[in-house]
Order: sequence, then structure tokens, then C-alpha cells
Amino acid sequence: MTEHAYPNTQSKKKGIFFFLMKARATKPGETYGVPGQGDTLLLSLGSIAGIIFLWWLVTSMGWIKPLFLPGPGAVLGKFVDVWNNGFTNTPFLEHVAVSGARVFGAFLLACLVGIPLGIAMGMSPFIRGVFDPPIEFYRPIPPLAYLPLMIIWFGIGETSKVLLIFLSVLAPVALGARSGVKSAAIEQVHAAYSFGASRWQVMRHVILPSALPEILTAMRIGIGFGWTTLVAAEMVAATEGLGYMVLSASQFLQTSTVIMGIIVIAIIAYAFDLLMRFVERRVVPWKGRM
Amino acid sequence: MGLNIRQASVIYPSADGRPPVEALRKIDLEIVNDDFVVALGASGCGKSTLLSLIAGFLSPSSGEILLDGSQVQGPGADRAVVFQKHALLPWLNVIDNVAFGLKLQGVDEARRYEIARGFIKLLGLGDFETSRVYSLSGGMQQRVGIARALTCDPKVLLMDEPLGALDALTREKAQELILNIWSSTHKSVFFITHSVEEALFMGTKLIVMSPRPGRIAHRFDLPFSRQFLGGTPAREVKASREFIALREEVLKIIFSDEEAAA
Ligand SMILES: Nc1ncnc2c1ncn2[C@@H]1O[C@H](COP(=O)(O)OP(=O)(O)OP(=O)(O)O)[C@@H](O)[C@H]1O
Ligand SMILES: [Mg+2]
Repeated sequence: MTEHAYPNTQSKKKGIFFFLMKARATKPGETYGVPGQGDTLLLSLGSIAGIIFLWWLVTSMGWIKPLFLPGPGAVLGKFVDVWNNGFTNTPFLEHVAVSGARVFGAFLLACLVGIPLGIAMGMSPFIRGVFDPPIEFYRPIPPLAYLPLMIIWFGIGETSKVLLIFLSVLAPVALGARSGVKSAAIEQVHAAYSFGASRWQVMRHVILPSALPEILTAMRIGIGFGWTTLVAAEMVAATEGLGYMVLSASQFLQTSTVIMGIIVIAIIAYAFDLLMRFVERRVVPWKGRM
Repeated sequence: MGLNIRQASVIYPSADGRPPVEALRKIDLEIVNDDFVVALGASGCGKSTLLSLIAGFLSPSSGEILLDGSQVQGPGADRAVVFQKHALLPWLNVIDNVAFGLKLQGVDEARRYEIARGFIKLLGLGDFETSRVYSLSGGMQQRVGIARALTCDPKVLLMDEPLGALDALTREKAQELILNIWSSTHKSVFFITHSVEEALFMGTKLIVMSPRPGRIAHRFDLPFSRQFLGGTPAREVKASREFIALREEVLKIIFSDEEAAA
């Protein structure tokens, strides 16, 4: 046989767009053709290293002035400094704890309210009819726009901060839960009814479990909105918190503290997202497989 | 006693500007004792609609469905359904899927696992009790679905193309398995299939349906499943002259329907 007997040798070439070509056979234990399947850890580490290198390059070559972008070393130094001495007389970890409490507290509340609400909206046309307009009305408005209202109504204390974050998380979580309700195959629902299930049992044993993947995804998206809103929330009369740290440092043109704060927020958010992905793999290993 | 369908009609209302569909017109059908009723017919002739009526998912536009003399109001455990696919719950393992109906009925865990184990063995899935259902082959998943329906001890077992997605060999084995279970449990069965051979082999009664409007065009009484249960090998039953003659007759009916539709 000659080489020409194997017309497929062409497809062995891998490029960055190889995922657009026909996929090759998978290893046992994986399912062929599941979109985006594969390990990404090494690439992610490489990507982070690349960004840091680029950052180091443009700053150490003097292409960008430190006032606009301090180098990685300066930011790291700032981190050590704030870690040891605190920021505006408050220990660093307290800033983290305060912001964490605001975001996760609001997130928890939003899940407690949003998930049942979304499910109820998915299950009942009555509740959907009632709650769809208000949610769709406020959802596209940036939190900064209704921040003044929050302050007028609830003062400058903790309530308006947590409420602002809560609102930004609520909409995506509720909408995710609502569309998750549609995930159950009609055969699954019919089968349950044909075994004598009540509506409540169908919801509890069929609708809810099959909505779980989408609810978890919605929670991941929701907490992202929460972090996004944190800085806005801490614009108001805050004396501690990561958002406060970033904002007040920017007023003094302490760019290294600003960048350091941003990175800390990003790392916490990313770590939590990794945790959620881990939970997802444990709780819904069947996602997309049936 | 048993199931009685009297003059049942179903008209799906018009949608998207298309005229209403008369899916079933004045169906009369009796499924009693250990009848194994098989429905056959061209695609769209109303077989699934008929099954939905019996299951209680759909109420007839006119006519009535009686189970042991009383009107069917909605779905219930006395009429368990086996679907072609997508009906298992991937977050439960095999035994929990099989025990699912019992759980819904509030049977306590020890008891329902005991019952479920019996049916899992009966369907030859003994080694897979704790497997995830999505890791099973299509044929095995289908057996899980059948075991699950049987645990509820329904009066009537409703199956909508339960073997349609299986390969020929698995399919023949599953046919024999279902017949053996049927003869040992004495249940009434309503079974939809597209395969004429399967229909003739499995049923005690065959209804051949015609579309537009959906109606029962022909009825046959079938001896073949009893021959098989009496000891004649399945292939021998299916190769008998009587079987082949009837198969050709039914095929002719169905093809003429398909042509009339085309
Ligand atoms: N929910 C519905 N709304 C409107 N029309 C429907 C609906 N379900 C079925 N029909 C129509 O009713 C007729 C019978 O459908 P049905 O699904 O009962 O056929 P079937 O015999 O099961 O077909 P198949 O063999 O392809 O499964 C078809 O013409 C179909 O288009
Ligand atoms: Mg059908």
C-alpha cells in the first residue's frame, strides 16, 4: 500500500483552529463530540505567564510610565506593604473580609430568593406574568444608575450596599433558574406522572434536578455580577473593603494599589469560580451526557 | 373490566394557520386481561395520540376512556409508560431509576430496593445496579425503563416504540424478554411499533391504523406469541408460512396508506 491509501493524514495537523475541524476519536471514559472537551490547565497557566511577561516587558522597557502602569514588581511590593501595614489604618485581611461578606452575603440572599423565584416563574404562568416585567425592567439598568435611589431610600449604611449587589445578582440567577425549568425532557416528566407522581413530586424529583446544571451556571454568572457591582457599592461612604481601597487609591493616583486591588478581587472571584466548577462536576456529572 | 375505549376522537386545534388535525376518529378498542395489543401504522396515523389518551396525558375531544369501568381522568400508576428514549433520570443510578416509581408512591427504601432488585435481575441487569444510566448501552437503558415501569405493578403497560432505537439482535432478544415477562405477570399491554415483524410476533391482537383521519382500519388476532411461549423458537415462528403470509398482507395495507399519503 502507498501513502495515498490514507487520505486522513492531512487531518493530523493541529492548528489553533483544529477544533473547527472534524474531531478525532476520544479516550475511553470521554464522550465523543462533547463541545469543548479537554484539559486546559497548562494553557491557562501559559496564558497567565504570557500576560505577566508582557506586562513586565512594557513597564521595564519604559514604554509605559509607572504612573499609568507600574510594573509587576512594584505591584507585588505594594501588596506586601499593604499586607503588613494595612490600608488607611485597616488591616488588609479586614478589607478582604468586609468585601467578601458584602458580596457573598448578597449572593447568598440572591440565591435564596432568586432560585425559588425563577423556578416559580418557570412553573407558573401567574408568577411569571407578575414578576417578568419588574425583573426585565431593572435588569439592563447599570447598578450605578440606581445607586442614588438606593442611597435616598436606604441611607448610606450597609443595607444599600448589600441591596445593590443583591439586585445585580438576583436577575441572572432568577432567569437561569427559570430557563432551567425547561431542561427536563417531556418524556421524563410524562414518565413520572405515569408512575402516579403529584405535581409537587414531579417538580421535586424531575424538574429541579434537571434544572440544576443551569442553576449552577446561573450562580456562577450571578456572583460575577456581584463582584462587578462591589466597587460601585463601596463608592458610598465606605471606610473599608476592596472596592473602597481601589477607589480611594485612585484618588491619590496610587496606581499600584489600584492594580493590586483589582488583581486581589479577580483572584478571589476566580478562586470561587473554580470552587463552583468543582461543585458542578461533583453535583451534575451527567451534565450534557443524556 | 380492563381498558375500554369508546368512540374516542381527538382533534388537535389549528395552529400556525393550518387546519385542525383530526388525529383520531371514533376509535373503539378493548384491552382486557392479558391482551397484548399492538398498534401498527404509517407515521402520523395517531398511534402516540392513542397512547396519550390511555395514559391520561390527553383527554379525548369526544368519546370516553374507561379503566375498570371508571373514566380515566389523568395519568396514574395503573398505566405505566415506557418511552422510546429520554425518559430515564441521569442523576440517579440504575437501581434508583428502577425504584423511582415506588419512591413516588412512598414505598420505604428497603422495600423498594428489594422490589427493584427483583426486576433488575429479571431484565438481566444484575451487575449494573449502581451504574450511572448514561454509561449504559441503549438496549440496557431501555431495559431499565421497562423494569421501572414493571415495579409499579400497573394494570396496563403502555409502550411507545420501546425497541425502536435498538439494533436488530438486541431487539429480538428484548422482544423475547418482554414476552416472557408478559406471560409471567399477566398484564395487559399496549405496544406501538413500526416493525411489522415485531408487531406480528409480539401481539395477541393487532390493530392497523390509517391516517387522516386516524382510525383503526384492520384488526387481526395473532397466534404467534403463544407459539413462542409454548416452546417454538422465535426464528422458527417468524419463518413459518402463516407468519410470512400475514406479514405480506399487513405490509401491503401499510404501503398503500403511505402511497395514498404521498
Ligand atoms: N400536540 C400536537 N398538536 C397538533 N397536532 C399534533 C400534536 N401531536 C400530534 N399531532 C398530529 O396528530 C397526528 C397523529 O400524531 P401521532 O404522534 O399520534 O402519530 P404517530 O402515529 O404516533 O406517528 P409516529 O409513528 O411518527 O410516531 C399527526 O398528524 C400529528 O401531526
Ligand atoms: Mg408516535
